[in-house]
Amino acid sequence: MIIQFITSFIASAAFGIIFNAPKETLVKCGFIGMAGWSVYYILYVRDVSSIVATLVASLVVAIISQFLAKLYKMPVIIFSVAGIIPLVPGGISYNAMRHFVENDYNTAIQLAAKVVMLSGAIAMGLLFSEVIHQLYQKVIRRRKETTALEKD
Amino acid sequence: MEIRTTPTYEIIEVCLLAGKIMLSSGAETYRIEDTMTRIAASYGIHSSHSFVTPTGIIFSMDGNDPTKLIRISERSTDLHKVTKVNSISRQISSGELTAKEALVKLKEIETSNLAFPIWLQIFAAFIASGCFMIMYQGLWTDFLVACLAGGLGFSTLVYLHKLLEIKFFAEFIASLIIGAFAFIAVSYNWGTYVDKIIIGAVMPLVPGLLITNAVRDLITGHLVSGIAKGAEAFLTASAIGSGIAVAFIFL
Repeated sequence: MIIQFITSFIASAAFGIIFNAPKETLVKCGFIGMAGWSVYYILYVRDVSSIVATLVASLVVAIISQFLAKLYKMPVIIFSVAGIIPLVPGGISYNAMRHFVENDYNTAIQLAAKVVMLSGAIAMGLLFSEVIHQLYQKVIRRRKETTALEKD
Repeated sequence: MEIRTTPTYEIIEVCLLAGKIMLSSGAETYRIEDTMTRIAASYGIHSSHSFVTPTGIIFSMDGNDPTKLIRISERSTDLHKVTKVNSISRQISSGELTAKEALVKLKEIETSNLAFPIWLQIFAAFIASGCFMIMYQGLWTDFLVACLAGGLGFSTLVYLHKLLEIKFFAEFIASLIIGAFAFIAVSYNWGTYVDKIIIGAVMPLVPGLLITNAVRDLITGHLVSGIAKGAEAFLTASAIGSGIAVAFIFL
């Protein structure tokens, strides 16, 4: 399992280089990728369905990315991209495409549906954390407004 | 009403250039629209409309000012530029930069080459391919083969992308080479599982980010750009799939 963590760290940081993330963020990118993949892997080993595991992992990635983006005043995408790279259903979409061109349409459609579900799960995870973030900000602002009113 | 000190065309130009850099560097649609309206607002224009699609940006303000359109023909992922534009937009919002200064700085960013050297990118693809192969439960004995296949595929892609205008063929040939290399390596007993090696090696080419962004755009209501990004992702995926398939047919 430790090997999985290390390889996901290296893979995410390497993707940071391919996507040309700023130098000082590469290690953070690696850590976020590792966090996402370890959540996914631990859930996957415990027989949780891969869609739920992906959803939870991408939620974790998104929350950490939001936090880091606030902390370092950088766009969220830098951290979230590297984080979701290990979760992206690259292998399955490759398999789907391969079955398509081999004229095995039944398997291909099944796999393609799975790709859509998995990428939907990733997007849902990312959006969900954004919604939480917005709600949190709104609540804080309202609280500040009410306290200001009470003072008056 | 506040008095505008900057001419409108300069504001439009700053907004459009910021949007153009962000879009061609792979930022999210909603963030680009947000940045453009924010820049406009901090220069005193509170009602502006931006419409961002993957192939072009339309930006318009209320009143008699002209609507402008910018065409984007090439998109890649360059997060460093996104960061730089973001920090400039922050500076504009806090009133540190005038439109003229912002324009100069944005032009600098547009022409600058902040990318990592090519050899480092190829090395990153090399290492990432091997690591992905391990993450998909491959064998350590296949590690080097997957690395080599991935590095070879990625460098082919980079080289052909400069040579050919059409991205589809660059991706097709890159994955053809990956498939052929993996197949030959396994038939000479250098590797064990062809599938695992190929999946690891194509990961640097796979449009995973594009698929996720497409779904995300669709959910948040950016229907046009969601569909367009989905189409782009589908094209890339089919280029990779058919490249591998051709390799399998001929070998």
